[in-house]
Amino acid sequence: MKKILIAILAPVLFTSMVNFPDAGEIIKKVDENMTAKTQVIESKMIIYGKRNTREVESKGYSEGNTKSFTEYLAPEREKGTKMLKLEDKLWIYSPETDRTIQLSGHMLKQSVMGSDLSYEDMMETRKLTEMYDAKVIGEEVIDGRETWILELNAKVEDVSYDKRKIWVDQERYVPLKEELFAKSGQLLKKTVLSEVKKIGNRWYPMAINYKDMLKDGKGTDFILLSIKFDEKIPDYIFSKASLKK
Amino acid sequence: MKIAFQLAYKNLMGAGLRTWLNAGVLSFAFVVIIFYNGLIDGWNQQASIDGVNWEYGNGHLLNNDYDAFDSFSIEDGHGILPEDQLENLTPILINQATIYPQGRMMSAQLKGIDAKQTVIKIPTQLLLSSEAEIPALIGERMASSTNLKVGDNLLVRWRDKNGTYDAANVSIIGIFDTNVPTVDGGQIWIPIEKLWNMTGLNQHATMFIANDNYISTDVSGWRFESKEYLLKELTTLINVKKISGSIIYILLMAIGLLAIFDTQVLSVFRRQKEIGTYIALGMTRSQVVRLFTVEGSMYSVFAAILGGIYGIPILWYLAHNGIGFPVSGDTIGVIMSERMYPIYGLGLILGSVFLIVISATIVSFLPARKIAKMNPVEALKGKIS
Repeated sequence: MKKILIAILAPVLFTSMVNFPDAGEIIKKVDENMTAKTQVIESKMIIYGKRNTREVESKGYSEGNTKSFTEYLAPEREKGTKMLKLEDKLWIYSPETDRTIQLSGHMLKQSVMGSDLSYEDMMETRKLTEMYDAKVIGEEVIDGRETWILELNAKVEDVSYDKRKIWVDQERYVPLKEELFAKSGQLLKKTVLSEVKKIGNRWYPMAINYKDMLKDGKGTDFILLSIKFDEKIPDYIFSKASLKK
Repeated sequence: MKIAFQLAYKNLMGAGLRTWLNAGVLSFAFVVIIFYNGLIDGWNQQASIDGVNWEYGNGHLLNNDYDAFDSFSIEDGHGILPEDQLENLTPILINQATIYPQGRMMSAQLKGIDAKQTVIKIPTQLLLSSEAEIPALIGERMASSTNLKVGDNLLVRWRDKNGTYDAANVSIIGIFDTNVPTVDGGQIWIPIEKLWNMTGLNQHATMFIANDNYISTDVSGWRFESKEYLLKELTTLINVKKISGSIIYILLMAIGLLAIFDTQVLSVFRRQKEIGTYIALGMTRSQVVRLFTVEGSMYSVFAAILGGIYGIPILWYLAHNGIGFPVSGDTIGVIMSERMYPIYGLGLILGSVFLIVISATIVSFLPARKIAKMNPVEALKGKIS
């Protein structure tokens, strides 16, 4: 009887004895890698549709999580389209019509150019530590890299995803995989981050695949062509005047 | 005057085929006017009845921040109505959602409704008897665009009051058939209590549908749109069709009236000796003008009789069996049944007769005026003056 009890309890005891690092510390380090005061990004978005694949190139500037400016560079049809986000307001300028349209905060929840990303997903730069309570629930090896598996539960009300699960590189503190869940526990989106490079004193993934798990398809690839952190961005960039320049 | 009618009748009957050709063309215009306007009136009446039965009830009490034509207003356009105001009102809460039928992504509106309601014809009673976790009703348009059938589960993603995503399966427990696209396309009807739980917006409503006993009072933050007001837009839209359709019968009438005008010009020219004789026999010029005018306007009387002979059976048949329209109303966004039944009011028929008789009289009078200037001696000789 004793042996059976030991056999049953041993794995439980063993797991509880594994010394996982503090989850709060991990996501703090993740935040340090992933967020910056300002970012200037040149990127390519590959949107896999049912019939065709589209590529959209853009250059984006962001400051904190309230200011963001994006200019589309390619394809020809989207070239010159500019988006400015200040707080929860979004303006889109279309060169074809030479007009600027203002969209309400609700529009931020729509898909960007038919991709699996919403404007909010693209602009969400709030720190994980501000939004979630984290705990380490296990370890896994992804593409040869040891990762911690973290479960994040929302601690504030105004978050898009109630629960997240992230796989964080144990050495570089960069998420390599992320799963986003609905309140009901339904898996909504999956993100795979790869091509982690050292930029300055931080590690950053240069390729991200976003996949809406409720939808068929291969999702959307977001490839960073270049990224600069904490550069001084002139104030005029985040003004409505820059939309028509 | 009696002589004028008798002479006109004899002259017209004597002209034979020419008379019947003129009357035939005019009668066709006559039948088309009655048919087309009857069709539009029938559509209007049917659309009004369907609109009231399926959507408007006795009117809508809407949250001031909600605009039915602006989907961005859904997010903030809801509120709680004081309890003492809730009598005779059926609450509806609207929430934007994304649905995933067969792995495709589509946007939709989740509409929570009091399942016990009887004010509109959506069969919400089915929701009461269902044991599904989230029972849902959809219309046939929605069912066909999403390939859904009764018994299917549909994955729906929505945001709660804080903007946090949530997702669950809803069970399609019924599909209703309606002519009103605005309660069907892109909409999923579920019990309002479920939607309150799903969104955390307890007791909130975007709008209320009033029943016949509702008496509108001023409620701060809400506005009442009466049944008549809601129908006005539909009626205006349908009446625009009436105007745009009038081009067909204006053309037809123009052809008919032109034929009468030509005949009159020819008559005045060829029957100069006859005109001279009438005057020589003691008729005044104006009497002769009247004779010719009556002759011309009598075409319209013949047209009415002829139109009646073949038109009444055709129009009666169409009014009873309706006309099938392959284009469904949702492509143009208005209430339109697949079969339309024209309605011919007395006003419409008498109005059309009056319109054609008056226009025929005017076009007959214009060439006949020339008679008044004729010299009777010259006319008797048959010389052109």
